[in-house]
Amino acid sequence: MKLTLKIWRQKDAKSKGGFETYTVEASTHMSFLEMLDVLNESLIREKKEPVAFEHDCREGICGACSLVINGQPHGPWAKTTTCQLHMRQYKDGDTIVVEPYRAVAFPVLKDLVVDRSSFERIIQAGGFISVNTGQPQDANSIPIDLDTASKAFDAASCIGCGACVAACPNSSAMLFTSAKVAHLNMLPQGKVEAQQRVLNMVKQMDLEGFGRCSNITACEAECPKGISIENIARMNREYWAASLGSEKIA
Amino acid sequence: MKLDGKVPPGPLPEKWTKYRSSMPLVSPSNKMRLEIIVVGSGLAGAAAAASLGELGYSVKCFTFHDSPRRAHSIAAQGGINAAKNYFNDGDSVGRLFYDTIKGGDYRSREANVYRLAEVSNNIIDQAVAQGVPFAREYGGMLENRSFGGVQVSRTFYAKGQTGQQLLLGAYQALSRQIAKGTVKMYNRHEMLDIVTIEGKTRGIITRNLVTGEIERHAAHAVLLCTGGYGNVFYLSTNAMNCNVSAAWRAVRRGALMANPCFTQIHPTCIPQSGDYQSKLTLMSESLRNDGRVWVPGKKEDAKAIQEGRKTALDIPEGDRDYFLERRYPAFGNLVPRDVASRAAKVACDEGLGVSPTGLAVFLDFSDAFERYGRSTANIKGIHNPDAATILQLGQKVIEDKYGNLFEMYEKITGENPYKLPMKIYPAVHYTMGGVWVDYNLETNIPGLFVLGEANFSDHGANRLGASALMQGLADGYFVIPYTIGNFLSKDIKTPKISTDAPEFVKTAEEVQARLNMLMNIKGNQSAESFHRRLGKLMWEYCGMGRTAEGLAKGRPLVRALREEFYRDLYVPGTMNEFNPELEKAYRVADFLELGELLMIDAQNRNESCGGHFREEFQNDKGDAVRNDEEYAYVAAWEWMDTSKDPILHKEELTFEYAELKTRSYE
Repeated sequence: MKLTLKIWRQKDAKSKGGFETYTVEASTHMSFLEMLDVLNESLIREKKEPVAFEHDCREGICGACSLVINGQPHGPWAKTTTCQLHMRQYKDGDTIVVEPYRAVAFPVLKDLVVDRSSFERIIQAGGFISVNTGQPQDANSIPIDLDTASKAFDAASCIGCGACVAACPNSSAMLFTSAKVAHLNMLPQGKVEAQQRVLNMVKQMDLEGFGRCSNITACEAECPKGISIENIARMNREYWAASLGSEKIA
Repeated sequence: MKLDGKVPPGPLPEKWTKYRSSMPLVSPSNKMRLEIIVVGSGLAGAAAAASLGELGYSVKCFTFHDSPRRAHSIAAQGGINAAKNYFNDGDSVGRLFYDTIKGGDYRSREANVYRLAEVSNNIIDQAVAQGVPFAREYGGMLENRSFGGVQVSRTFYAKGQTGQQLLLGAYQALSRQIAKGTVKMYNRHEMLDIVTIEGKTRGIITRNLVTGEIERHAAHAVLLCTGGYGNVFYLSTNAMNCNVSAAWRAVRRGALMANPCFTQIHPTCIPQSGDYQSKLTLMSESLRNDGRVWVPGKKEDAKAIQEGRKTALDIPEGDRDYFLERRYPAFGNLVPRDVASRAAKVACDEGLGVSPTGLAVFLDFSDAFERYGRSTANIKGIHNPDAATILQLGQKVIEDKYGNLFEMYEKITGENPYKLPMKIYPAVHYTMGGVWVDYNLETNIPGLFVLGEANFSDHGANRLGASALMQGLADGYFVIPYTIGNFLSKDIKTPKISTDAPEFVKTAEEVQARLNMLMNIKGNQSAESFHRRLGKLMWEYCGMGRTAEGLAKGRPLVRALREEFYRDLYVPGTMNEFNPELEKAYRVADFLELGELLMIDAQNRNESCGGHFREEFQNDKGDAVRNDEEYAYVAAWEWMDTSKDPILHKEELTFEYAELKTRSYE
């Protein structure tokens, strides 16, 4: 099938970008990124500069791939990363618009590649349990009920891709931040630092320039891992408890 | 060169404990002044950087990714082994050691493997304390499952995302040290060379992938934790950016590449579907706990399936060949990976494959649906459940265990694996070979250490499932923090290494010259297209079955391709910008050298063992035949110059505790 692609091209962070139009011949067996590979291969043959985009594992787990495809982060399939989107979704003659994530806290580095290091700093602010190598007790000495363990797992399955930010009209990082807060604060091991954690992480999130949450829930709808906005509610509860009820206000 | 594995003396079970408590130490005040560079931030790298930072060393950690969390350890699915014996099924450190030695077809170093088994339990404790949400039972205790090549349940897991959860645990520990300032993190920085001063590795040259700037970084010691080289085959289950360059650059500076021909072909991957395919996707080995592997017993049925005239459901039970259960009754579907892969290849070579290409076998869950459905109905008190209820209940159990894998399969293939059995085929997955290291994980160049998949040490000729996560974390959390003291304790008087040293200047210039050369070829073909062609050569001549004849043919073809590469490569863009094509170019250049060495090593090893299957050396049942008399050694290759043949150095393997036996899973 023949497709028309409108792709955002931008030389670097300082330059102004714009859309360029390309046509590409694709097969239904390809993944979306393989279709971009084919485009790039043909651009290289013509001695033109290929489109820069991030990708790595191509099995939906590393969180490197991004892209806003026809207005949707990671494209039209629910709970699916761009690398797992396959071209059988499209038909001959379709036009596809491909853009980078748009958010103040995710500046464009080149073409479709954005800088997501703001997420790194949010984790560094408190997204961990302070335990040194070699300190712990036997793993089975802390029983954790199945329900808590599986809720913590669900929150922990966030891949840090940033689709939630791209989907949100406020560019809020509440889903990302709350998933880590929920994962760790729910578990008995994480309770010791629970209050400090949520205060520090929320503070860093605000510092990075992410917007506030106004319960639009587009983040949950676009999240390739189906992270629930229940986590945001959980984080808000933790945050208020920590800021009102403790002396740990940052 | 005499290779000294530096295995400490004493009885095997006491070696590590005794050695650990007699090793030289570095005092806390000296640790602060000693700098360590960690290249790579996967399980081994993140665990090492975090642990060394906690100890007080001054650590710099480098990754070419935008975040340590993207390392390909993230994609490991099935689980991590440990000898906890939580299930009272007779597991022990000794048994984990023995299974791993046997699984590796007796081509690994006994002392390393024993240490790995010993520290396995600490890893689970560490991960749980970090908040890794492993699977649990109703009582809140940790759950286990079985993996190939063993008869106990010792695999801890977090659905099909164990690697993700363990990596995030290590990443979070690392993030904590970054926040404390003990580790300085360099994201989007790729190592392009090591710097050696007076015989010791004292730093690295990196390229800032955003600006293209060539940078010099100095330290008292350098750790490479840069993963395996499976992508030399182009199509593999590795991530697109996995590469051998860091390790290979060290080899070009005198480190030795050990057993490169020991590559693992994983039996359960989604088969290739088109020419544009960029990678293959693994379906976790854990699926073989519940899935049964089969092909039609009759060729006409296989043909009908290949041509789309029949589906798996049309083949009656009696006409199916559950070939793993038939050939290996003691281990059944849970034979080790090399054995399962070869058996699938044999079935497909006989014309019994089930995809349009004829290169696939079924992995069928219908028995598991039935079994779990019935037991769930019992638990729920549903008497005389109908078939539909059983199926529904059973599918729910499977969904809870492997849900994400089933979803992934459906997205890629467009087929629903709850309705039709999965189609799977072997694919390159892991590399047991790697940079030669001694018991301290130190290479033959003092001050250069190699951890995780990038080294060769623990898995012999075949790695057992769920042992990669174990080894990466063992090396990073529990081995290097001790063994590095051996080297650094002698360096406490060495002042901060200056990046203005002539060795740094010279190496940086050489790196720059190499990049200039690649940019200036200005030919017509992309790095990617060369990579694809290399992959085809490797798979054809050095893949699942190898012959002396094929390898003799393959090697000159790789050399010819390499010459063509340096004649006709085209790299678009410039050096001083974000340029993924340039990154690919220098990585493919290294693969083009490693590929040749892989064939040389495969040709040298006149035996079949583990993942290295030489067609000439098999018994009448098609199983591997080792040659312990002549090949019970580690082949460590010296390769500093492409114009000369590499030099083979041997480290003889001695087995004091594990008896050398023919590996049987029957």
